[in-house]
This record gives sequence, C-alpha cells and structure tokens, in this order.
Amino acid sequence: MERLPSRRDFLRVVGGVTAGLAATIVIEPAAATPAAMQDAIRKIVGSARVGTGRVKLELPPLVENGNTVPLAVSVESPMTEADHVRAIHVFTEKNPQPEVVSFRFGPRAGRAQVATRIRLADTQTVVAISELSDGSFWAANANVVVTLAACLEDA
Amino acid sequence: MASALINVPSRAKRGEVIEIKALISHPMETGYRRTQLGVRIPRDIIRVFVCTYNGTEVFRAELHSAIAANPFIVFSTVATESGTLALSWTGDNGFSVTESATIIVGDPDMAPHTPQRSEPSRETRDGPR
Repeated sequence: MERLPSRRDFLRVVGGVTAGLAATIVIEPAAATPAAMQDAIRKIVGSARVGTGRVKLELPPLVENGNTVPLAVSVESPMTEADHVRAIHVFTEKNPQPEVVSFRFGPRAGRAQVATRIRLADTQTVVAISELSDGSFWAANANVVVTLAACLEDA
Repeated sequence: MASALINVPSRAKRGEVIEIKALISHPMETGYRRTQLGVRIPRDIIRVFVCTYNGTEVFRAELHSAIAANPFIVFSTVATESGTLALSWTGDNGFSVTESATIIVGDPDMAPHTPQRSEPSRETRDGPR
C-alpha cells in the first residue's frame, strides 16, 4: 500500500527548497557591487600584493545618518624621506561609486593621519588602502551598519 | 559665496607636527540624486583640496561624491619655518576658493602655541549639514 507523505517528508522537502533559495539569495548581491570595488582597488594597486595591518581605520560601528559618517585613518610610519606613506585611498562596496577619497602625503606631512566625513549609501564594508614609499600596499577594513542611508532623499 | 573656516596654530616649535582643520561650505551634490520628477541632478562637488606651505605642496586630497556636504578635513604637517599655509579647494563648475593662514615658527624652547581661527569662534567639528 502506498504511504501518504509524512510530516517528516514534507519538512525535509520544504527545508531543502528554502535552504537552496537562501543560498542563491545570499550569493547574488554579495558578488555584484564589491566587484566594482575590487576593480577600483586593482586600478590603484596594480598587480602588487596587499598586506593587512599597519593601517588603522576608525569608523563608528553603527551610524544613524549615512549622510555624515566620521572617518579617521592613520598609518604607522616614521614619515622620513626614505620611509613615508605616499597615499591613503578609501573605498566602499555599496555606494554608487567605489572611490571615496585619496589622500596624498610626503615626508612634509609629519604624520600619516587624516580625518574627514563621508557618505554611506548602505550597511557595508569600508576599505582603506595605504601606499608606502617602498611600493608596498597595506589595507584595513571596517564594517558600518547604517540606519538612514545617504542618497535616498529627493531634492 | 562659499565660506571656508581653517584652524592653524599661530605659532609652533621648529620640527613640531601641527594639526590643521579645514571646513568649507559646499553642497557636494553627488550626481546620483533625482528630483521628484525623476530628473537627475548634475554633479557639483569639490574635486581637489591642496595645502601648500610657503609654496611647497605638503598635503593633497582627491575627493569624490562620497564625501559629505561641507567637506571637513583634518591633517597634519611639520612646522619647518615661519610663513604662510595656503589651503585651496577646486571643483566642478569652476569652483575655487583659497584661504591662508600665517604661522610663526620658533626655537624648540619657545612658549607653547595657542590655536588661531580664521573667523570668530565657531566649532569646526560640528559644521552645518
């Protein structure tokens, strides 16, 4: 005699379908825009390897208003003629444009430390890449949760 | 006309690293917003900020649309000699503003510096939106 589908069978099927859906939903957007950020980073870095560390990126973990988000970034460096930070570039993954700002330094800057205010269109990861005088690149990132996004209001 | 507010110490010891704060009023229109009729608002941002110390460039920032309205930048430089620090902002639609401050640099045993403001007391940290 043919058995009717039990509650267990039903749950197994439904569970499998939802898991599959969830997997596709998560993968799709995560691969879309960060690719633009990777391209923008490649344009600056070229084929060089990007190390992690040395850069300190400070952003609030949770912001109410994405229109003004305080950002501070610094790099440990003696800032001498022989060993200094040439530039710090900031990128975002979900803003309409991945580039945020590029700061250029020389030994005359004294300290590789800057602060400014940026816009964030969504909850996302912000990446800071520093370019040193010896040609090496170092990165740091920070996750920011944004409650009210920038770029949404009508003029 | 756009007004800029800069904060440079009036005196410093030779070799000291001084902090400079620069705030300018500018809408920084991103170019990604639309009016209620769906018409895209053209971009109008400051593209470049440069600081020169007695004519030598010491710091530069290239700004994009993701910089908040009324750009505020804090950076530092080494006080090498007495002279003028010129901060200039250039951007879309022929935007160009230059603000300068003088600094007196003395010997290391000189009295500590006091901050000098380019305009009457207004806190630079929380500028207008």
